[in-house]
Amino acid sequence: MNISSTLASVVASGQIEASNIDPSVNAPAVATGAFSFMWLLIALPLLGAAILLIFGKRTDKWGPYLAIAMSCGAFIVGAVMYLTMLGLPANDRPVNLHIWDWVIVGDFQAPIGMQLDQLSIIFVLLITFVGSLIHIYSLGYMKHDPEKRKFFAYLNLFVAAMLLLVTADSYLLLYVGWEGVGLASYLLIGFWQYKPSAAVAAKKAFVVNRVGDVGLSIAIMLMFVTFGSVTFSGVLEDPAAANESTLTWIGLALLLAACGKSAQFPLQSWLLDAMEGPTPVSALIHAATMVTAGVYLIVRSAPIFDAAPDARTAVMVIGAITLIFGAIIGCAKDDIKKALAGSTMSQIGYMILAAGLGPVGYVFAIFHLVTHGFFKANMFLGAGSIMHGMNDQLDMRRFGALRKVMVITFITFSCGWLAIMGVPPFAGFYSKDKIIEAAFGVNVIVGAVALLGAGITAFYMTRLWTMTFTGKSRWTDDNKHPHESSAVMWIPMAILAFLSVVAGFMLAGAIETWLAPVTGFEETELAVSSLVMECASLALVVLGATIAYLQYRRDVPLVAPQHVSPLTVAARQDLYGDAFNEEVFMRPGQWLTRSMVFFDNRGIDALVNGIAASLGGLSGRMRRIQTGFARSYALSMLAGAVIVVATLILVRM
Amino acid sequence: MSSLPWLTTIGVIPLIGALILLALPKESTELAKKIALGVSLLPLLLVIGMALNFDANSESEFQFVQSYEWIPTFGISFSVGVDGISLILIALSVILVPLVILAGWNDADDAMGSVKGYFALLLILETFMIGVFAATDVFLFYVFFEAMLIPVYFLIGRYGGPGRQYAAVKFLLYSLVGGLLMLAALIGLYVVSAQELGTGTFDFTTLTNLNIDPGTQKLLFLGFFIAFAIKAPLVPFHTWLPDAASASTPGTAVLLVGVLDKVGTFGMIKLCLPIFPAASEFYAPAIIVLCVVGIIYGALLAIGQTDLKRLIAYTSISHFGFIGLGIFAMTTQAQSGSTFYMLNHGFSTGALFLIAGFLMTRRGSRLIADFGGVYRVAPVLAGLFLIAGLSSLSLPGMSSFISEFLVLVGTFEKYTVAAVIATFGIVFAALYILLMYQRTMTGPLKDGCEKITDVKGREALAIIPMLVLIVALGVYPKPVLDVVNPAVERIMIQTGQRDPEPTVKPLGETQATERVQEAVEAIEGGAR
Repeated sequence: MNISSTLASVVASGQIEASNIDPSVNAPAVATGAFSFMWLLIALPLLGAAILLIFGKRTDKWGPYLAIAMSCGAFIVGAVMYLTMLGLPANDRPVNLHIWDWVIVGDFQAPIGMQLDQLSIIFVLLITFVGSLIHIYSLGYMKHDPEKRKFFAYLNLFVAAMLLLVTADSYLLLYVGWEGVGLASYLLIGFWQYKPSAAVAAKKAFVVNRVGDVGLSIAIMLMFVTFGSVTFSGVLEDPAAANESTLTWIGLALLLAACGKSAQFPLQSWLLDAMEGPTPVSALIHAATMVTAGVYLIVRSAPIFDAAPDARTAVMVIGAITLIFGAIIGCAKDDIKKALAGSTMSQIGYMILAAGLGPVGYVFAIFHLVTHGFFKANMFLGAGSIMHGMNDQLDMRRFGALRKVMVITFITFSCGWLAIMGVPPFAGFYSKDKIIEAAFGVNVIVGAVALLGAGITAFYMTRLWTMTFTGKSRWTDDNKHPHESSAVMWIPMAILAFLSVVAGFMLAGAIETWLAPVTGFEETELAVSSLVMECASLALVVLGATIAYLQYRRDVPLVAPQHVSPLTVAARQDLYGDAFNEEVFMRPGQWLTRSMVFFDNRGIDALVNGIAASLGGLSGRMRRIQTGFARSYALSMLAGAVIVVATLILVRM
Repeated sequence: MSSLPWLTTIGVIPLIGALILLALPKESTELAKKIALGVSLLPLLLVIGMALNFDANSESEFQFVQSYEWIPTFGISFSVGVDGISLILIALSVILVPLVILAGWNDADDAMGSVKGYFALLLILETFMIGVFAATDVFLFYVFFEAMLIPVYFLIGRYGGPGRQYAAVKFLLYSLVGGLLMLAALIGLYVVSAQELGTGTFDFTTLTNLNIDPGTQKLLFLGFFIAFAIKAPLVPFHTWLPDAASASTPGTAVLLVGVLDKVGTFGMIKLCLPIFPAASEFYAPAIIVLCVVGIIYGALLAIGQTDLKRLIAYTSISHFGFIGLGIFAMTTQAQSGSTFYMLNHGFSTGALFLIAGFLMTRRGSRLIADFGGVYRVAPVLAGLFLIAGLSSLSLPGMSSFISEFLVLVGTFEKYTVAAVIATFGIVFAALYILLMYQRTMTGPLKDGCEKITDVKGREALAIIPMLVLIVALGVYPKPVLDVVNPAVERIMIQTGQRDPEPTVKPLGETQATERVQEAVEAIEGGAR
């Protein structure tokens, strides 16, 4: 028996096995050719933000155009990267670019480096494409704002940070993008700083996100002590080597982070307040891109969740809770942006749920993320167009019959409406039904929740659509003449509307193959055919939509009725999320800080001062020894010095 | 190059500058300011030169060493030298002094003391700060440690605002208590060294090589540690700091909190750990509890403050908790993080104090409630305030994030629970900074704030270098980490500490060999 050759084959087969366990074992290749310019993705918008902020008022005239150019430039770079990637075989697609050494202390090694693969390129394209459209739209929307330049600077800053988030090759660098988008979000929610409500909402968003960041910090620390690495290649190569409870903790910590950024239960409260920001911001940051970063984080960490089923279950449950939670809030809001924000929470709940399903769900989480990015951005821009035409009115009870005066907005918004409800062949149909199917494959209850959510979605979206566009006009005196927005605003809306129609069937099937090498993919096997599932969900959608249409077609009182069901009351109060925070954290917190300030002044300090005072009393008695003559002080000082010197000399002997 | 007397020259220049200032006639205030600024730039240039000649990977612990006999009878010498840690702190001192002079150009104009006296005191303080970080003789260290009190006492007591007398005396008494304990421990250390070596010594390197028995170590350690804990300050020795910082001029507050307090944490990492390794290990868990309490306690108190400067002072108490935590976690990451934290904290708190000073001078009030909507009249000031605040809350991308994260991850390796609790400090940090920004800068313009003007060129010149350093070192921390890492590794060796191994070994080495072994065993089994 030839031992050495057998040995070689066993070792070789071991390696093959290892690479079969997890697709991401294929270490990314070093970026060459076109890929070596991927740093431009971040550098361009960052440079734009820097120029606009540093040179200040001097850039007022041309600054916004520069910002648009930088964002579009990043899109072009992203498109070139994508096309280059298309020409490569699947295993060669992930590439890594080391830029410079960053935090190197002992075994802790985090470089500044970028990783581009099938997953991150999807985000790059979504962010730069939707981002550029919204830059252009803002040219119209923010036309008369005196601080327009600052707005564009912050938008560029956001795009740069978001691209860093999705292209970083380590969790530590991802963290920089993660809080970078948080900063941009803070600056843009509080853009109209003179409004106290905007300033408070901005701070709230940042602080609630920081609670999530505690999770991200702990996850990274756990990764370092477990794997000795914080890079994707180091952590995700073979996470199954660690014990499962550690992986579960890492997974839960990552979930906490995702809850903060993606406004998932129980950290959802900031998103509704974030609607204080200008509407393009709500479209880009608080609907299409930033709030989906939590989904990215979980899907990126797929190998960890694959090896930690308990953490995955937690992800699924949080997604399911939030999807219902957000949908219920969406049903009761009369403020069009807040209704859409509730919807965003709910839709991201779908994505998180899908990510919690494991390899059967990851790709659909991303699929729905992309289609949602198109149709929700489209609808937010539509809402912005309505506000623009109606003197910044937000109350849907003051809308009605807008389909006649804002024809383009009506058409584009309707595309989004049909897409989010999942009406075939609009985009949401392909992505959402896949999630419902996969959910049924894993757990019937979760599947049922997802299915029910589809019905509620149809209800609140149709309510919104009906109250806004159909029925009689309920316009107030100051906006008797709503008008359509200018081309610079409606063209981006039209493009997004087009994608809300076609993105679903264009990507269906293809996205599974594209993403499988990174996230892994398994088909869901159901007892019933998927046609039955589709019919069931479509039936619920039609039911929800019909109820809403019949209810809100005609009689919409100008003031919200007060005698309503307890659920409606609760939904209007965001299901008491804020009340809970107020009672459990804010009030006790204020009491705690106040009593601690008191304790610090009257307790610790008084104790020390008390000792000082008693010493003072003692010294009063001792004053009798003091004669007031300099020579006696000198004598006592000399005595003290002699003691010190004597000690030293004694020791030397 | 190291034959040049770098450190002595750097240290003496400000002292000479101070003497020149004192010789000036009392009326020539503008000239005094200009001379002070000019003189303070020289040490900065020299330190840059020294840093360029510093060999981070040198075999010897100290570089640019100079040693002169001082009191040979007691083994006391005038010995100076720098390692990575002291180089960083000397750099911090010489960067901050000119910026403080520039920002506080008019701070002493209406004070009870003379203008030239104010700037002379700042320069004298600079000499002592350089001395305390450069001393490699423990007795010399002690002399500088105590000498620093004199200029600071007068800076607070003669040039401060309301409550300055109380604050100055409180500062002095606290420091003297600490100094007394340290003196006792110092004499004890001398005694111990004499017992072991035959002749007593204060030489730092010799002292680190002693084998002091653990019981004695524990006693002596406490003498030094309490002195440093008062200086730093750690909770519960902290109540002097908010009073001292809020009663002094912004410039004095910057040097007090930014540099002087670092002498405490510097002493912990550079003296306590290497000289008393066994005692450090013994007390570490207790000190870590103290630091974690300090992080949360300082942050909560900051949230509850109504006075701008007191608020910033309490944020520093929280930050000193982080620095202490990293030092006593005793891992490479934590200690490098703590050292880097000392530098970053100097810049971010320095910028915050100075900007708060601009606001207070303009509005004539320290109360947060007297401000509101300031961004409308002073947008650049508001922007700079926000950037400095973001650094204080350790926003990723800024240098303070790197240091804070290193402290946390380094602590997590050994004290998981402590690290997790400390991590919640980042939520409170967001609260105290953003609440302060919201209350002072946003909303409608408050009555009395209309006359607040935006930053002037001189003021911007004082703030911007700090913010640029914060961002630059956040993106590219290598120049600092390269200098700090070898010094920290040496301390790890001196204290006999090692970083814990990751629980999962990299696939490359161990698992591959395991697989081969398994294969061999399988084949051997099959052959039988």
